[in-house]
Amino acid sequence: MALFQRKRRNILPGFGLSMGYTVFYLSAIVIVPLSMIFFNTIPMGWEPFVHAVTAPRVLASYTLSFYTAFFAALFDAFAGLLTAWVLVRYRFPGKQFLDALVDLPFALPTAVAGICFATLYSPVGWLGQLLAPLNLQIINTPTGIIIALIFIGFPFVVRTIQPVLEEMEQEIEEAAHCLGATRWQTFTKILLPHLFPALLTGVTLAFARGIGEYGSVIFIAGNLPMKTEIAPLMIMSKLDQFDYAGASAVALVLLCISFSMLLLLNAVQEWQQKEYRS
Amino acid sequence: MGIELQNINKTFGEYKAIDNLSLSIPSGDLIALLGPSGCGKTTLLRIIAGLELADSGKIILENKDTTNLPPREKNVGFVFQHYALFRRLTVFENVAFGLKVLPFRERPPKKEIRDRVEHLLKLVQMDWALNRFPSQLSGGQRQRVALARALAVNPRVLLLDEPFSALDAKVRQELRRWLRKLHDEIHVTSIFVTHDQEEALELADKIVVINKGRIEQQGTPQEVYDHPANAFVYNFLGNVNVFHGRIHNGKVSLGAHHLDAPDDLKNVEEKTSQTFVRPHEIGISRIRSNDNDLEGTIREVRLQGGQIGLNIECEGLDSPIEAEVPRELFVNLQLAKGVQVFVTINRVRVFTGDYEI
Amino acid sequence: MPEPEISQSHSPVVKKRISDPRSIQILLIGLTYLFFIGFIFLPLGLVFSQAFGKGWSFYLEAIREPYAIEAVKLTLLTVAIVVPVNAVFGVTAAWAITKFNFRGKSTLKSLLDLPFAVSPVIAGLIFVLLVGSRTPFGSWLGEHGIKIIFSTPGIIIATIFVTFPFIARELIPLMEAQGRDEEEAALTLGAKGWQIFGKITLPNIRWGLLYGMILCGARSIGEFGAVSVVSGHIRGQTNTIPLHVEILYSEYNFTASFAVASLLVFLALLTVVIKSGMEKHFQKNSFHL
Repeated sequence: MALFQRKRRNILPGFGLSMGYTVFYLSAIVIVPLSMIFFNTIPMGWEPFVHAVTAPRVLASYTLSFYTAFFAALFDAFAGLLTAWVLVRYRFPGKQFLDALVDLPFALPTAVAGICFATLYSPVGWLGQLLAPLNLQIINTPTGIIIALIFIGFPFVVRTIQPVLEEMEQEIEEAAHCLGATRWQTFTKILLPHLFPALLTGVTLAFARGIGEYGSVIFIAGNLPMKTEIAPLMIMSKLDQFDYAGASAVALVLLCISFSMLLLLNAVQEWQQKEYRS
Repeated sequence: MGIELQNINKTFGEYKAIDNLSLSIPSGDLIALLGPSGCGKTTLLRIIAGLELADSGKIILENKDTTNLPPREKNVGFVFQHYALFRRLTVFENVAFGLKVLPFRERPPKKEIRDRVEHLLKLVQMDWALNRFPSQLSGGQRQRVALARALAVNPRVLLLDEPFSALDAKVRQELRRWLRKLHDEIHVTSIFVTHDQEEALELADKIVVINKGRIEQQGTPQEVYDHPANAFVYNFLGNVNVFHGRIHNGKVSLGAHHLDAPDDLKNVEEKTSQTFVRPHEIGISRIRSNDNDLEGTIREVRLQGGQIGLNIECEGLDSPIEAEVPRELFVNLQLAKGVQVFVTINRVRVFTGDYEI
Repeated sequence: MPEPEISQSHSPVVKKRISDPRSIQILLIGLTYLFFIGFIFLPLGLVFSQAFGKGWSFYLEAIREPYAIEAVKLTLLTVAIVVPVNAVFGVTAAWAITKFNFRGKSTLKSLLDLPFAVSPVIAGLIFVLLVGSRTPFGSWLGEHGIKIIFSTPGIIIATIFVTFPFIARELIPLMEAQGRDEEEAALTLGAKGWQIFGKITLPNIRWGLLYGMILCGARSIGEFGAVSVVSGHIRGQTNTIPLHVEILYSEYNFTASFAVASLLVFLALLTVVIKSGMEKHFQKNSFHL
């Protein structure tokens, strides 16, 4: 247990108890169960593993999950920046209301979001009706998945940018202004670089969440093999066939993607902080 | 002895915070630990309270070895720099806390607790605020409640960490005098940490000057101020002009000028030296009074309360001299920017060798 | 030289800010509203319009139906267990992390966030792999008459996993900001560990704790993916509210499905209102899930 040793004897009581319980609970609920993914994949051997995770249907599901999450996160970058900007900088009727509702995607059960979007964009739904004459189909297409993921990822971006925008010193902007920069120049040269780390964090969080998202997507996706089957659904269907090893294999790859995203994010943030300091 | 520290050592990683420090403080004294920030004075205070553990050494409080006691059993009163009042408890509950957490058998009855808390709050002039919360009090008021809270447990010693640093200048002055008076009434051995020499000089029975985890000098304010043991103490206590030069055959060089070296350095043949002159120990006149006078021009005039600060550029000196003259003299001599004056250096302290803060 | 528009004071932006031209403001606010209409208001409106599509009595019937009531009961049971269990953990972990210095602190903090990076389906999967009836441990439990997967304990454990970091993450920044001074002061005044915790720390963090518990509770009620894997979808037995919504929906019983879903929407709106109210109260804006 060298990892969690105290640097020096601490004075406040309860270190042993609180640390012991934390480590025990963390192991029992998170570490040990997560390690089951490895223990179920290892006995497979390398070739069956590769076979399982490179089957065309599985590959298609990774690709789909990856690019839908990517485009949704990209859209959220714009929508989130816009919303954060408007909420911090302007005063307008309904501002408080919108600000509170930003968190709705956090609070709303994903299944409810799923059936809402599926119904909205169905050919007889409120929005589906409008799009049908244009020959635009949303439901059972990747576009539908992207729409659901935009909803899920939206608050991550807003809530990471908002505090940075609020704390940003106005003098910087005023200084830029006095030096003759236009609003647009100030925005692109001063504000955007300043906001970039937060924006990147929010987008990465939205992206990581999107890759693993299940509840809000399956209703609108239609789950057509090779076309609109997302990776989590692949795990689900392998599990339904009691193919535990296969499910673990697919899950392992998915986990690796999400973890490396977050590690990358940490690295970028640390690098940013170093840059900031120097 | 009220507090006796023997050979205390404390390192944080590579950094030596306390370096084999020993100190004895008589019962009932009010002591100032004075030093620049990062000198280890707060660490020392926390070690005495048991909030930090020394790597080695002994701590004896009122003749009881408390080195290995947990802070709970040390029975010290500690007043934190930012007061650390319990924000969810009223003033009354804050002060009563130390009594209410006593084991059932030692705990005084409710009535007694109430009386004691009310007495203490009267002592610190806060009895009107019994049911207020800390957030409703000003900084100075919080400080006094923190003091009452620390005193409630009848501490062996009272420790105050930068007690006035978070207050504005006027309140600081008031509270300082009030604390001195309070200490004269209750007579509990007390240590306060400060980086403000004025505060230490005004308030303490004895000053302990600390630098880099070691004691540089200890003594009464008078002793420390008038007879600084070394260059560090001289420089740290009050404003001072420093001239770097050499001692040569009983003469100290001061730029192009030469002054007689103090008696103890008369026999030094050749050494680098630092000459210290306090601004108020410099005489200013419009006519030359003796041969050692320096000739200079006033470059800057500053109003400093009752005194006038002058910045004088002298011939033969690399850096200007800071001097302080009474207002009366300033008016009588009709001093102003650009005026030619003669500077008499009444008193110098010379230290040989180098030092660094 | 500042351009004259700075000194204009008639624009309704926050005072002392450089303002954007009114036209741009209106454009951007309009775009924001458009986004909210498409992604927030329409879905919300749809839920209620669908739920009440066949009238008030049908709505009541849908949410009073025995299976729906069983689902509500199971969900409430889950929340009643998950929230206190995670609250105890959250407080303990936050105490360990904020009141002491030790090596590996940042590692521990990242480990706490691990469940956020895990897909809900995987969260369910790992418990099937750990204690499912086909695993050695699961079959041993089965022999002793303990069934976890496809029954209530599985739902509870999976929900604990998914909501694991919420409370700790709410408390850690709060307790870091509050520092250790008050606890140290209590210590010098002679308080014991539990006295310090009960009289000083707990009152100081009570709002943050409550807030974390609300978030944890909201997520426990709505968790779908993880619960879906471990529940087995047995109506009246292992169906939580979101699973019940799904079943009704896949049976094309849309009105009933949205009627039950509307209960969840009420709770979500309530959570959002409480959150925004508490934030206004504490002037605190950073919030991460």
